[in-house]
Amino acid sequence: MRTHWILASLLALGLGTGSAHAETTVKLGVLSDMSSLYADIGGPGSVVAAKMAVEDFNPAKNGMKVEVLSADHQNKPDVGSNIVRQWIDVDHVDAIVDVPTSSVALAVAQVVKEKNKVFLISGAGSSDLTGKQCTPNNIHWVYDTYALAHGTGGAIVKQGGKTWFFITADYAFGHALERDTADVVKAEGGKVLGEVRVPLNTPDFSSFLLQAQSSKAQVIGLANAGGDTINSIKQAAEFGIVQGGQRLAGLLVFISDVHSLGLQTAQGLTVTTGFYWDLNDKTRAFAKRFAALDGGKYPTMVHAGVYSSVLKYLETVKQVGSPEDGVKIVNAMKASEFNDPLFGMTKIRVDGTALHDMYLVEVKKPSESKGPYDYYKVLATIPGDQAFRSLAAEKGECPLVK
Amino acid sequence: MFHLLGVPPQALFGQLLIGLINGSFYALLSLGLAVIFGLLNIINFAHGALYMMGAFCAWFLLTQFGINYWWALLISPVVIGAVGVVLERSMLRWLYKLDHLYGLLLTFGLALIIQGLFQNKYGSAGQPYNIPASLVGGFNLGFMFLPIYRGWVVIVSLVLCFGTWFIIERTKLGSYLRAATENPSLVQAFGINVPRMITLTYGFGVALAALAGVMAAPIYQVSPLMGADLIIVVFAVVVIGGMGSIMGSIVTGFALGVIEGLTKVFYPEASNTVIFVIMVIVLLIKPAGLFGRAG
Repeated sequence: MRTHWILASLLALGLGTGSAHAETTVKLGVLSDMSSLYADIGGPGSVVAAKMAVEDFNPAKNGMKVEVLSADHQNKPDVGSNIVRQWIDVDHVDAIVDVPTSSVALAVAQVVKEKNKVFLISGAGSSDLTGKQCTPNNIHWVYDTYALAHGTGGAIVKQGGKTWFFITADYAFGHALERDTADVVKAEGGKVLGEVRVPLNTPDFSSFLLQAQSSKAQVIGLANAGGDTINSIKQAAEFGIVQGGQRLAGLLVFISDVHSLGLQTAQGLTVTTGFYWDLNDKTRAFAKRFAALDGGKYPTMVHAGVYSSVLKYLETVKQVGSPEDGVKIVNAMKASEFNDPLFGMTKIRVDGTALHDMYLVEVKKPSESKGPYDYYKVLATIPGDQAFRSLAAEKGECPLVK
Repeated sequence: MFHLLGVPPQALFGQLLIGLINGSFYALLSLGLAVIFGLLNIINFAHGALYMMGAFCAWFLLTQFGINYWWALLISPVVIGAVGVVLERSMLRWLYKLDHLYGLLLTFGLALIIQGLFQNKYGSAGQPYNIPASLVGGFNLGFMFLPIYRGWVVIVSLVLCFGTWFIIERTKLGSYLRAATENPSLVQAFGINVPRMITLTYGFGVALAALAGVMAAPIYQVSPLMGADLIIVVFAVVVIGGMGSIMGSIVTGFALGVIEGLTKVFYPEASNTVIFVIMVIVLLIKPAGLFGRAG
């Protein structure tokens, strides 16, 4: 009788350990602005994009189990870092995804570094994330303020916009974008006549536009994003800024902003973007699938970045075997160039920047657009190694660059 | 010419005018709030959400039915005012005898629900709404370019504000209303239908908010968040002006708009907070507000 029991329990133990051994569990945390001025740029759409990437990766086929959590950081660094800390400590999240609003991203990056997890940045823009404040756990996927400054800023200066006045969102991202663009302007022989720092999420820009108007600068640089950019452009039209002879430079504009402004107001804007849905068949297929899941809204470059970064991360976790060691996964992702389904040939550099082509586009006139979200015409393709700051220039700033 | 702290006089006059324009929005919104609080003793936190509904109603009328701005100015306040009447009849009337806090909590909850529903459907970036063709363009005043539409907003705001103040403070209807809120049972004994007056007054306050929403639609984006952005400032305006005083909220609305405009010139980073700093100072020195009657 006793041997029966011993045999039975040994058998149960053998079977039990057998099934528990097979699966690796990976948890992703999509942290974004779900309810305020950046919600259409990332927001709930980023959760959709992350889930699409998980679905395409097919965890069951790869012997893994993937869970996607999400939260609203409300554009507050303390809220964001608290959520991430709790996610990692209590919920065992392995990678943080998206995070628009650079001040939140910079705070979260420190927590992710401390806990040795992975930070897949798509939404935030500050070039400091791979510069002065780089970490071995950061991957900055889609765009940064340097690329925007050189893309849009460089193009406008070359077209004759020599004197600039900046309307800047008064936080990390705005300051970084203003600084990087001012560098470009000065390097090309132009002059910065002044700037005004505006609190984040301001509904009324009339006073600041008036200051920009009285500076008599040729170009008014909008170093802001999302709802702030939309309001600035709309109100600039009201105050006759463009009729008065000055030019507006939207330094960071997303397709969701253009949709909100309407082509009548937004036509002619020069924009630098890392992704556009109408570039090739793969991007078009992705966009149609995304729109069906996101209430008819087409993906912004941030959504595309979330999809690509999550897909590459999951493939790398499978290759390495476990999501535990963040730096190990990031180093594996940096190992070689790969062909990303949405961004083309991509190489993740030692400082964390994902190098891929950027596109200089112009917003179409209403007569040129053939359907919803048919908004951009591509003026030029900027190759990755020219779009982003060179490693040589990073040397003094990021300690990872030797 | 003189320069005030490094700012040329032209820029200063331009900023003062813009401050006046912003102040007219504050005045119009705080008027509705002051009417509702002063006469009904309800702290109507739903005011911002109703303002937003007014703007969305105008956008909806334009995109679905092709009804233009001028008709929307008439239709939207009536429609949203009716919504306000329904809210009052079904939910608010049970709270009149209770502490102010209950009205605040209920209307705050309503505001969150309304905003959440709209945000769910329309996202947060906002819908475009163009300035009506007859009001496009502007005057070059020399020191600044004044868009016609913004001048129109100031005029309408002044007319409505003083019209409302006149009705409430100087006419027989207004005196019935003021008496009814002080002593409803006595006034009812005279044969005046007090509950209906109160319902209509709430509807009127809401209609004012909706009208402000329609006027705001061409300037700010028609977005589910537009109410939340403004309502906090408007509350500060009403508190500074004195919560029961109609004239107080009108004057304070315009004055604070101008002060905020000046702050944007000299120290723009503080423009968000200057109104609250003033509110704190006023509450410390004269808690009833600048024009308020204590008790």
